[in-house]
Amino acid sequence: MSELTKKINLILKVWRQKGPKDVGSFKEYEAKGVSTDASFLEMLDAVNEELISKGDDPIAFDHDCREGICGSCGFMIDGEAHGPQKSTTVCQLHMRAFKEGDVLTLEPWRASAFPIIKDLMADRSAMDRIIMAGGYISANTGGARDANSILISKNDADQAFNAATCIGCGACVASCKNAAAMLFTAAKVSHLALLPQGQIERKTRAERMVAQMDAEGFGACTSTGSCSASCPKDISLVNIAQMNREFLKAKVFKEDQVDVGGGF
Amino acid sequence: MSLSLPHGFLTSTIGKKYLMGLAGAVWAGFVLSHMAGNLLMFISADAYNSYGHALTSGNIIYAIELILVGTLISHVFLAISLTRQNRAARTSGYAVSPRGEKVARFGSKTMGVQGSIVLVFIISHLITFKYGTYYETTVNGVVMRDLYRLMVEVFQQPGYVFWYLVCLVLLGVHLSHGVGSVFQSFGLMNGRYQPIFRKLSLAYAVIVALGFIAQPIYIYFVASLG
Ligand code: FES
Repeated sequence: MSELTKKINLILKVWRQKGPKDVGSFKEYEAKGVSTDASFLEMLDAVNEELISKGDDPIAFDHDCREGICGSCGFMIDGEAHGPQKSTTVCQLHMRAFKEGDVLTLEPWRASAFPIIKDLMADRSAMDRIIMAGGYISANTGGARDANSILISKNDADQAFNAATCIGCGACVASCKNAAAMLFTAAKVSHLALLPQGQIERKTRAERMVAQMDAEGFGACTSTGSCSASCPKDISLVNIAQMNREFLKAKVFKEDQVDVGGGF
Repeated sequence: MSLSLPHGFLTSTIGKKYLMGLAGAVWAGFVLSHMAGNLLMFISADAYNSYGHALTSGNIIYAIELILVGTLISHVFLAISLTRQNRAARTSGYAVSPRGEKVARFGSKTMGVQGSIVLVFIISHLITFKYGTYYETTVNGVVMRDLYRLMVEVFQQPGYVFWYLVCLVLLGVHLSHGVGSVFQSFGLMNGRYQPIFRKLSLAYAVIVALGFIAQPIYIYFVASLG
């Protein structure tokens, strides 16, 4: 324990909801003697230990890697997705970001497309279905090709990589006043549109992914930028512009289906 | 390759944004030209009236009016449809609102309210001027409508000047978010140009709003005295 470590006491107002059909409400908990070196989820673990020892139901929240790379974690802390720290997932947020006596309100992601499973857990499978609609590439099997023989400019590779850092946590949807999944969808569209491997499905990708996005009941973009400001990976709004271009191209210059005959 | 708008474009969120932005851009262009034309009132009543006469005497005005009415109606309907979709996407809000960058700016959050007031203004503005009292004047032997006289009359009423100012400020706020968003919706925004487009959008809004505002202010405080 470093000299800078402090112990702080907090009050948590946590959204408790037994299941998707339950109405849900806020409940207050005290988090006492929290080390400022602890991560936010470790703090919740300690609160849960106490709840379990008292025979109460622990607070349910999603988490997996706790390294900021898997995209499992995420809830609102005082109205901010993943909490107050920029470019940080809630699992990587540490208690030194808070001070003695803070009262924190914890809520799950709220969007019609993200039904609440329990407490702070929201069902984000709508995002999986957007990826399934077009967020993939065709990879042929056979002898492995030397990676360096596929040419790509440094700039495109960098931009594609930036877009590819999206971990699919849903913070963009949670932060958007319209609960739009534009930033998430756009990150995947840009990522694959910029890479040679993504060209085969390029003409249909944006169209299919956007259709799925709309079908899931996400809202539309009003360019407020809340999504990008809340994104733990700093995905830029520029990706949305790229997706809009890809979408228009796909719709306007739709290729005619080639009639291959076959006598059916 | 065929050039077509397959079904699904108009019903998709992005397709709606394209069309709403396109209609908005037509109006953004119109308000700038309207404002610039009106500045002729600072030169002389005759210059102002002759400009109005020239604009309305050809047949082209009908085509322009048709485009303006058409784009205005589609802009409004698309806005209503998108707003309903956006509301449905988040039916329950958060207990605490965010701060700083994460919160939608006032201008973008209240586009609907601004737009609705501006719409009421456009209609009332048409009633006041286009369909207002018809005075006549003669400039260089040509008989034409004396819109200048009507304008001076109208802008002597403090209530009307105030309502006009409020609406023009709202129009400015609407443009400052709208013009920049058009670039975004059209997919023209990229990293290098992003800050330029934002500034351009703000400058556009300020120029249009101030250009318009200068006119009733001038008439109320200066021209009506003489
Ligand atoms: S738990 Fe994996 S990103 Fe937070």
